[in-house]
Amino acid sequence: MHNPLRSEADAFRWVVVIGAGAVAVIALTLLTRPVFGAILAAALIGFGIGVTYRNSRGSLPRTVEVTRGGDGKHRLLVVANETVGGGELLNEIGERCRDRDCEVLVVTPALAGSRAAHWASEIDEAMELARQRMELSLIAIRELGLKGRGEIGDSDPNVAIEDALRTFPADEIVISTHPPERSRWLERGVVEQAREQIDLPITHVVVDLSAEHTVS
Amino acid sequence: MESATVALGHAHEEHHGPPEAHQSSRIDRQTLGILLFIVSEVMLFGAFFAAYFFLRVVVDPPTWPPEPYELPVAVAGINTAILVSSSFTIHYALESIRHGNRAGLRLGLVLTLLLGATFLFIQVNEYAHIGFAARDLAFGSIFYGLTGLHGAHVFVGLALLSFATIRAFRGHFGPEAKDHLGVEVPGIYWHFVDVMWIIVYVSVYIL
Repeated sequence: MHNPLRSEADAFRWVVVIGAGAVAVIALTLLTRPVFGAILAAALIGFGIGVTYRNSRGSLPRTVEVTRGGDGKHRLLVVANETVGGGELLNEIGERCRDRDCEVLVVTPALAGSRAAHWASEIDEAMELARQRMELSLIAIRELGLKGRGEIGDSDPNVAIEDALRTFPADEIVISTHPPERSRWLERGVVEQAREQIDLPITHVVVDLSAEHTVS
Repeated sequence: MESATVALGHAHEEHHGPPEAHQSSRIDRQTLGILLFIVSEVMLFGAFFAAYFFLRVVVDPPTWPPEPYELPVAVAGINTAILVSSSFTIHYALESIRHGNRAGLRLGLVLTLLLGATFLFIQVNEYAHIGFAARDLAFGSIFYGLTGLHGAHVFVGLALLSFATIRAFRGHFGPEAKDHLGVEVPGIYWHFVDVMWIIVYVSVYIL
């Protein structure tokens, strides 16, 4: 669902539409009786609410602005939450940065426990958990001999990527998820959406933490 | 959403004070702020409208406005047209600056200010000649309450637009969205004020 009132232009459209409806109500009232005008006003309000609800469903197609570096350094944006310390992901990062002057930004979206917690911004615990996982991941990245830093991102991974790209001129992106049968991100189409919106190479890494724990 | 950054070597620093700011690129903070403010304003107007329609339903005898009072429908209609016109001029101002036309921005803002001030002047004049006061029956109270509440919003809108106009004449604002939020946000508020007046006019003067 998207906000039907995001700008002055949207608000102006509302003025025009409501003004046109008001003209119809005024004309009907003056030509007949106020009760007919009231009925028309009620019908128009109901119709307007229905159309607004219908039009605000879905999401607007958009592209993400990408900052460009241009200093010869290879920048890798890694987006992962629970799988941020996974072996597969670290292998992929090592592979991507092999023989390169590489800088890694790890973005870990803080996932709220519930929708209510998300809307209430009650994500302190989620942020702390994400921060702990990210720190362990950064230590592992340093052990690979790479420069890295981390950020806690928006709970929506696609928004977290968009936010990160505003300040981090990434050359490519790695998104790490659980296997398809357990991944909420894959269920929500996070990777597909990122590929549609962002004009950068995107690699999807599947990390099976349970399998890694069994092996270790 | 989150501005907390952890660089290697600083990961274990203690954080003091309030939590980190919670923000996102989904919508800029200024626009989100005015939208939330408008939501609260809708509730405020909603309370006044609830009182107005309650009075209209329970009034005895059921003539509205109660005799011998009359509302100046035509004058208020002209005033409505003036205020709605100001939505077009503020939109023109915004469209102008989006295309880099600073003269259009200034013209649009000045016209909006003039139209808004004219609306307020006519409303005050209407109060002076309408023939009843806020103390005259519940009708008088709710009429002045509702139209006065709206008039106060027009006044606030004019104050905001005055700041924007002064800044426009000082060369502020640019075509990029982030560079004309100082007009965009008052513009959204101004459209809200216009919409509320259309609803007030239709409810109070017409129906």
